[in-house]
Amino acid sequence: MKPKVAFYWCASCGGCEEAVLDLAEAVLDVAAAVDIVFWPVALDFKEADVAGMDDGAIAISFVNGAVRTSHQLEMARLLRRKSKLVVAFGACAQLGGIPGLANLTTASGVLDEVYRDMAVPLRESREDGATLTLPELFDAVFALDRAIPVDYYVPGCPPSTKVVADAFQALLRDPPPEPGTVLAPNQAMCDECPRRDRRPEDVKLARFYGVEERAIDPADCILAQGFPCLGPATRAGCGARCIKGNMPCTGCFGPTSAVRDYGAKALCSIASIVSGNEVEEIDGTLDGIADPVGTFYRYSLPASFLGGQAGNLPHGRQ
Amino acid sequence: MPDREVRIGVYTCHCGTNIAATVDVRAVAEFAAALPHVVLSREYKYMCSEPGQDLIRQDIRDHNLNRIVVASCSPHLHEHTFRTALKVGGLNPYYFHMVNIREQVSWVHTERAQATKKAKDLVRAAVRRVGLHEPLERGRVAIHPDVLVVGGGIAGIHAALTLANAGKHVFLVEKEPTIGGHMARFDKTFPTLDCAACILTPKMSAVRAHPNITLWTYAEVTKVDGYVGNYKATVLRHPRYVDEDLCSGCLQCLEACVYKQAKVPDDFNLGLSKRRPIYIPFPQAVPQVPVVDPETCIQFKSGKCKTTCIEACGERHAINLQAESKVEQIEVGTVILATGFQTFDAARTPYYGYGRYPNVYTALEVERLVNASGPTGGEVVMRDGRKPQTVGIVHCVGSRDENTHRWCSRVCCMYSLKLAHLIKEHTGAEIFNFYIDIRTPGKGFEEFYQKLLNEHVHFIRGRVAEVTDWVFDASEEGKLVIRVEDTLAGFVRRIPVDMVVLATGLEPRADAAEVRRLFNISCGGEGFFLERHPKLAPVNTFTDGIFLAGCCQGPKDIPDTVAQAGAAAAEAMALIDAGYVETEPNTAHVDEAVCCGCKTCNSMCPYHAISLVEEIRKSRVNEALCKGCGTCVAACPSGAIRQNLFEDEEIFEEIEGILSNA
Amino acid sequence: MPEEFEPKIVAFFCNWCTYLAADLAGTSRIRYAPNAEVVRVMCSGRIDVQFILKAFAKGADGVLIGGCHPGDCHYQEGNYKALRRYRLVQRLLPQMGIEEERLRLEWISAAEGDRVRVVINEMVETLKRLGPLRKAEGERAADLVEVA
Repeated sequence: MKPKVAFYWCASCGGCEEAVLDLAEAVLDVAAAVDIVFWPVALDFKEADVAGMDDGAIAISFVNGAVRTSHQLEMARLLRRKSKLVVAFGACAQLGGIPGLANLTTASGVLDEVYRDMAVPLRESREDGATLTLPELFDAVFALDRAIPVDYYVPGCPPSTKVVADAFQALLRDPPPEPGTVLAPNQAMCDECPRRDRRPEDVKLARFYGVEERAIDPADCILAQGFPCLGPATRAGCGARCIKGNMPCTGCFGPTSAVRDYGAKALCSIASIVSGNEVEEIDGTLDGIADPVGTFYRYSLPASFLGGQAGNLPHGRQ
Repeated sequence: MPDREVRIGVYTCHCGTNIAATVDVRAVAEFAAALPHVVLSREYKYMCSEPGQDLIRQDIRDHNLNRIVVASCSPHLHEHTFRTALKVGGLNPYYFHMVNIREQVSWVHTERAQATKKAKDLVRAAVRRVGLHEPLERGRVAIHPDVLVVGGGIAGIHAALTLANAGKHVFLVEKEPTIGGHMARFDKTFPTLDCAACILTPKMSAVRAHPNITLWTYAEVTKVDGYVGNYKATVLRHPRYVDEDLCSGCLQCLEACVYKQAKVPDDFNLGLSKRRPIYIPFPQAVPQVPVVDPETCIQFKSGKCKTTCIEACGERHAINLQAESKVEQIEVGTVILATGFQTFDAARTPYYGYGRYPNVYTALEVERLVNASGPTGGEVVMRDGRKPQTVGIVHCVGSRDENTHRWCSRVCCMYSLKLAHLIKEHTGAEIFNFYIDIRTPGKGFEEFYQKLLNEHVHFIRGRVAEVTDWVFDASEEGKLVIRVEDTLAGFVRRIPVDMVVLATGLEPRADAAEVRRLFNISCGGEGFFLERHPKLAPVNTFTDGIFLAGCCQGPKDIPDTVAQAGAAAAEAMALIDAGYVETEPNTAHVDEAVCCGCKTCNSMCPYHAISLVEEIRKSRVNEALCKGCGTCVAACPSGAIRQNLFEDEEIFEEIEGILSNA
Repeated sequence: MPEEFEPKIVAFFCNWCTYLAADLAGTSRIRYAPNAEVVRVMCSGRIDVQFILKAFAKGADGVLIGGCHPGDCHYQEGNYKALRRYRLVQRLLPQMGIEEERLRLEWISAAEGDRVRVVINEMVETLKRLGPLRKAEGERAADLVEVA
């Protein structure tokens, strides 16, 4: 009997689904090794099919996307019941992801911004005698492990091909990894960055630049050039793909296991290398970071101390 | 996380009534007993006492405790005490955390319920934190046996001699061209009326002659690096333009100077006399080597002098006007700061007329007047040439005053009595001392005061309001009038005198802030160097290996200065003879499993303790150099550096403990 | 009649300057508000931004950082790092709906016992005016997810 596997998407962009497909030919090996019983983007199984399974019948459910509607919560709970292992797949599931930035406002704030009084989504409406319902849009975006206990995490926005392949390998191994493990290397991205040796020992920045402000030298350390590259604060595993695209790292792989709040630590470290001892000088330099929360918490606001409705994260948090 | 079960003992101290009067100690102890992992919770009157510490030692054994929390005074006082108690009790001393519920709770809050709640919060925080503590070992650092003494006044001299006699090598660095400090300017010392020079100069000569003392005068310390046991100091020696090794001290060059009349105000005599550009500060100066002042020497200013001084020196060739300053680098294990004080500038109390009326003097100026080798040969003669028939001595100038300095300068009452006696002896004048209180606490001091009373010196209790030459009637003509409220008699008086002596107080030197930064110590609120504890550690500072002696730590007289200098020497000797000092283990270390080699930490450390190890492409902390500040720990972007005793998790637990409502 | 709001302040004091100043306030019997509870660190440079945000998340209405005056840091430069981090965190807080006055950095030397009193009392007054932080959070969103 091949192990049953499910893929599901909550509040997501679909990129994590693509990441699985990016396995290219290898995806056929995956398809051969497992029995995919639920994958809305690709296959026609229904939610009712999942509901009809025995509890624990699914070996592994890979859930991507954050949780922010009542339907997503329901599905997360359903898959948890029906699965032996649940893997939070991608940055949104692990940390809340980019949708997590909605935690800077409320549900009505989001709707106002999007629809601007032109339309108002109705929770319930009646058409020709039938009742149509929309799921409730929660005020907050949650990482998956705030909704259900999570066994493992595959980080990244989206996870890199290598990390996905390695994750599959790791999960099928005996013994399996420690519960709660993030299935990617536990060092920061500088470890795999091709420009690591180009970083001078003493980096002190008097100015920060946005990528739209000036060209990035393709050979030198991007942080040393004054762009807020978060590579040193971000878990490795992506193969430094953004650096190779001559863009600074934005932190999608989240923190190493030694850090509890990604954005706080990244901010702390970037501030430490600001030059200047006088308030005015420091402020002048910091003016180059126009949007601190967007820069440091782009993917991790719901999982942070303050941005996720606070409180302990009792499951799966390393 | 620890493998074995955490078993915590909590001890809440009454500290007599110091804590118990405000904090409900019993309630705190009961509260602690109910906290997770607390096996035992006691309250006790004096935890730091022998029986208190014994409680801990016994309980560790009897109850198999593996963590201890003591809620009492400041860890600055007794953290070491209790850690030692743990050690003797068989537990690693770092399985301990201390809660400050005295200095930061019972002594600063008044409302019992609030103070007790705060104490409970802090105890809960400590209990949560201590569960994460790991066993740590102190490191050992060797102590370099040499000592640097900064300042060559009586304090520095005594400390240097004590150490040198014990076989230690001492570098004695003095800013002026001679050692001796302020004491060299005194005439007689109270209460014995010993001649200051007579008791000082033998010690000065002993310094010069001692094989274990390297004396550098006209020199300053400009840089200090390192830490206890291993200080590296840079000393800048200014050029005297007279070679110390070649000069024989005959002083013929002084006589030979082209300036037949001395024209330069003599600093040693406080400007009351003049000197030549080539000079010696005072006759018994050590070293007995003249100095050339480049600001006033014609040869320096124009290059056109006959240099008769060089001629007079003859075949010794000791005078070298091309000499340059010299930079010395020394390594020492300990430092004693004995940089002394400066006198209060009487110009800051203009209502006393200093600088305006020629016959208003400071006490130090009068010391020079009564001194036989002073500007007037020991005659008390005023600037207008007359001998005074009436003298007023104003106490507390610049001291005990909200407008200048709040403190009492400790020595002025005694020296004012002394000067009263000396002036009377020299002139037979009628003397008035104007005082707020007469402070005579030392041995023989009160008896000295009685002696003065028997000499019919007048004592008027009142703070002088002003000294003025505005006269009321003919009897005051040509005199300075002291206006004062005589508080014992109950009315305002005008006392006309010929001469006014201002008993100016002692204050920290103007360069104290600079010097203390050089040595990485603190100053107190008044600006004197800060001692580690005013009662129990008056010569130690918060920087290990740096000690204080004399007035740089606070105003004091010569006996106390000498005592303190001996104490500082003893502290230094204790370190040197022990041979090593133990270093605190709260150092940082890199978790090489997590480090990615980004080098962010390398430039964070002011002690250059962190560097990248090329072979493994990871950073490493040199624990011998790490001082334990933790800056690198916060700066590390991936959390790869950790700090012993101040781990992130330990601090998170403390924060949660404080804020939890459980 | 609602109880008067007593703000809770978590204070991070550096061992050599501010902690000693607080001790000095104690030995001088200088009285001040009991709202601040101290976490002792060796240097203000040890203060990780995670500590500050954790404190706010766990219920602190205000966070106070105390360090040595610029130029006087016992470890040379740690306080400058603290200053830089503080200036950046201050820009982050309003974005997250937290008034920037809730975080305060003060340079307090070992001799300035009275300054401890002044700063803490001032901060308590400011926080009383701003109100509790928790209430602000509650207004924004509901905490409604149960863990299965």
